[in-house]
Amino acid sequence: MIADWPILSLTIWLPIIGGIMVLASGDREPNATRWTALIVAALTFVSSLPLWFGFDSGTAAMQFVERASWISQFKIEYYLGVDGISMPLIILTTFITPLVIIAGWEVIKYRPSQYMAAFLIMEGVMVGVFSSLDAMLFYVFWEAMLIPMFIIIGVWGGPNRVYATIKFFLYTFFGSVFMLVALIYMFFQSGSFDILEFHGLKLTLTEQILIFIAFLMAFAVKVPMWPVHTWLPDAHVEAPTGGSVILAAIMLKIGGYGFLRFSLPITPDASHSLDWLIISMSLIAVVYIGFVALAQQDMKKLIAYSSIAHMGFVTLGFFIVFIIMSESGSGTGSGALLGVEGGMVQMVSHGFISAAMFLCVGVLYDRMHSRQIDDYGGVVHTMPVFAAFMVFFAMANAGLPGTSGFVGEFMVILASFRADFWYAFLAATTLIIGAAYTLWMIKRVLFGDVANDNVATLEDMNSRELIVLGTLAVAVMVLGLWPAPLVEVMDASIANLLQHVSISKL
Amino acid sequence: MHFDSSILIPVLPEIFVLTLACIVLVVDLFLKDEQRIITYGITQIGLVFAAVIALAVAQPDTQVVFDGSYVRDAMSDVLKVAIYLVSFVAFLYAKDYLKDRGMFKGEFYTLGLFAVLGMSIMVSANSFLVIYLGLELLALSLYALVAFNRDSKQGAEAAMKYFVLGALASGMLLYGISMIYGATGTIRFDELSTALASPDLNNMVLVFGLVFVVVGLAFKFGAVPFHMWVPDVYHGAPTAVTLFISSATKIAAFALAVRLLKDGLGELQMPGGWEGWQGMLIILAILSMGVGNLIAVAQTNIKRMLAYSTISHVGFILLGILAGTQEGYTAAMFYTLVYAIMSLGGFGMVIAMSRRGFEAERLDDYKGLSHRSPWFAAMMLLLMFSMAGVPPTVGFFAKLFVLDAVVSVDLTWVALVGVFFSIIGAFYYIRIIKLMYFDKPLDDSPLTAGLDTRIVLSLNGLSVLALGMFPAGLLSICTAAFGG
Repeated sequence: MIADWPILSLTIWLPIIGGIMVLASGDREPNATRWTALIVAALTFVSSLPLWFGFDSGTAAMQFVERASWISQFKIEYYLGVDGISMPLIILTTFITPLVIIAGWEVIKYRPSQYMAAFLIMEGVMVGVFSSLDAMLFYVFWEAMLIPMFIIIGVWGGPNRVYATIKFFLYTFFGSVFMLVALIYMFFQSGSFDILEFHGLKLTLTEQILIFIAFLMAFAVKVPMWPVHTWLPDAHVEAPTGGSVILAAIMLKIGGYGFLRFSLPITPDASHSLDWLIISMSLIAVVYIGFVALAQQDMKKLIAYSSIAHMGFVTLGFFIVFIIMSESGSGTGSGALLGVEGGMVQMVSHGFISAAMFLCVGVLYDRMHSRQIDDYGGVVHTMPVFAAFMVFFAMANAGLPGTSGFVGEFMVILASFRADFWYAFLAATTLIIGAAYTLWMIKRVLFGDVANDNVATLEDMNSRELIVLGTLAVAVMVLGLWPAPLVEVMDASIANLLQHVSISKL
Repeated sequence: MHFDSSILIPVLPEIFVLTLACIVLVVDLFLKDEQRIITYGITQIGLVFAAVIALAVAQPDTQVVFDGSYVRDAMSDVLKVAIYLVSFVAFLYAKDYLKDRGMFKGEFYTLGLFAVLGMSIMVSANSFLVIYLGLELLALSLYALVAFNRDSKQGAEAAMKYFVLGALASGMLLYGISMIYGATGTIRFDELSTALASPDLNNMVLVFGLVFVVVGLAFKFGAVPFHMWVPDVYHGAPTAVTLFISSATKIAAFALAVRLLKDGLGELQMPGGWEGWQGMLIILAILSMGVGNLIAVAQTNIKRMLAYSTISHVGFILLGILAGTQEGYTAAMFYTLVYAIMSLGGFGMVIAMSRRGFEAERLDDYKGLSHRSPWFAAMMLLLMFSMAGVPPTVGFFAKLFVLDAVVSVDLTWVALVGVFFSIIGAFYYIRIIKLMYFDKPLDDSPLTAGLDTRIVLSLNGLSVLALGMFPAGLLSICTAAFGG
């Protein structure tokens, strides 16, 4: 029986061990290194597929559970398992990583083995974050994730990489240590580090609010939410393309995942009483950061700001449910479900679209070594295939119906209407602002006359780039046209979560 | 009077180390300079044997010998083995350094072994007198070791500072001890805790005594505001000696604290809300973490930076002790042992980077290390992340267990202060990583460290990761040491 295999452990440790092997193989045979890395990443993706196909979407219980004692004195366990919330994110991780490896194929000339190894190790660690059911195990993976990313930005990044990577590290570290204290505090309340036991833990409102704030510091930095988002544009701009992709596609999701796994179920009353805070922060992110994106001259920075705005939708969807619930008086109303599911769909879809957008910029950057919009113009004349892809992804980024970008945003806006017209109104402005900044960038970069001699000599995408962008385009299209399987997978878990959240712990 | 020789069994490790020190002293007299490796060999083999003997005499129950002034218990077993092994590694790193600088002399090992003996005695002391004897034996050996490079002005200055301040601290400690003796009429720890339980004591004198004892202790630990000697001594002493001071003696300082505060003054009730010595330790711990981490940021010399980082780690060790629970002592002990390992590795790297006529003391000397030696850069990376407390390295678990202990006694705010300062600490540790990985090297000469140093340094770096993956083993040793 395939479900009896330690699939989660395999998905975590295969890339980590593979990464160490790649690291040990050194740079003497760069091609062998690249192929090894790709094979490891592909195998990891294959090994994660049983999670999707063997998943029982009828239950909210944890599946593929693995449990062993790790540090018995503190009841810390090696405790893994997935539900409908974490499983799609794991698949997203294992899906994106091979693409990142391919995208860095011959582009990375400086120490390719270390580059590939860093991404593989990070893949394993990120899967670990999504599958941990022990709070300390979660924290270990959560922090360990910083190390490879720190190195990736610092070694293969742009000119200002040192500033960006130290800022990235310290911001995230700052956010997470307070979560650590909150976890320890709950350990003494519940007697174990089991996250599911934390869910049932009775806490007073004051305790809940303090714990909620500690979690908020960790997750808000990661998401990132306004006003702690400032590390993201720096990190994105300086990171190599692959680093940006992983950051935007997966790392940001870890913050959103944290809200669903920790904040909402552990501190439902605090989440309820502080929902106005999160909702305002989210709306500021959606509207204000949208305008900030409009003003950017640097393509990567523009996409980074657009990521923040899109992630604002995710947190909005998660916390709007409290308003819906208090108005409708029940926890499982479809409006509430719509909000959280919309947020989740938005996370997965943003994983594809932002990855694709950063890869598009990477394609241009590899040829021109510039990310400035002003340096481009008329690219469509020399790179027609590429232009088609980029326009498609830009449309998806702007939320065009038929693409995955539309589904999540639409669900969240619908849910917001149940809560309050003005929330929905503000959220819906993103359809205009988002279209404005994305399409304006497209217009300036792709269309018009050929801007300069450099653009005139551009060559269209090679097959490697075509594979990467093509795969993502299919994913964006499928999710946009037929999101039902994804929603079905998470339905039971999210309904259960909302049922749990609607019952006050006081 | 009948003499029962079986009482000597618990003190066999000390007897052995004392004999070893004397043998080294005598043998060395008959050796020529080029044969000095024999002295080194005897010392190292002896230290391994000492560890084996300490393990052999270890047993679960506590033995108190010499009229109650000496104790062998689970804690002393663990700490002695740790001290011998840490000293072994420290001497191993030191060998090439001493050779290259004309300091490869027998006296280093004699003094070193006497320091080890002093630490052993501190670990096993069961009365104020014995603990003071051990402390002074350690301190006097260290004063001489700091000035071991007799042509170095910096070394002489550091030794002088260390001596004056150390003597002052010893004086404080002795003064405090005399007051406690005056109030209770005993210097034995076990009798002391019974005496303290009786209600008709002169609390005023005891409190004064306690304050002086804690001050003396803080001096020895290098806790703020009694830390002024630490950076100067770490900087001025030969790196081989700094390595020894920063690793092995911290274990002894931990033993000193536990013996004095837990075994000796654990029962002391204080007027005014604070429980016993906890209040004082909270202040010391918070100041140490704050000042240590903040000032370390401004350092350009790695030895000084590591000195301030030591101060901040001492703050964390004190956090564990001040919890005053079984878990607290266990966590503090875990932290101390882990710190000793990390500090060995950190200063070991400084030694491995240096060569004849070149001391890799400036932070800039670490620029581009990943180009010059990717492997050792990776080891240093592990050590630095461990010191910063980033999982999956063991430094994280050391901090986690201490924070656990602090939160368990309802001092969550102290834990918050601790993690806040550890964020500041993270900055200067990752700055080293930045220099090693993101900057271009200033000189391209390869590392000249010998094979033994390379192997042990690699093991040292990897152990930080391995212990981080599987911290349960070391933790259960520490738990057992406190009868858990």
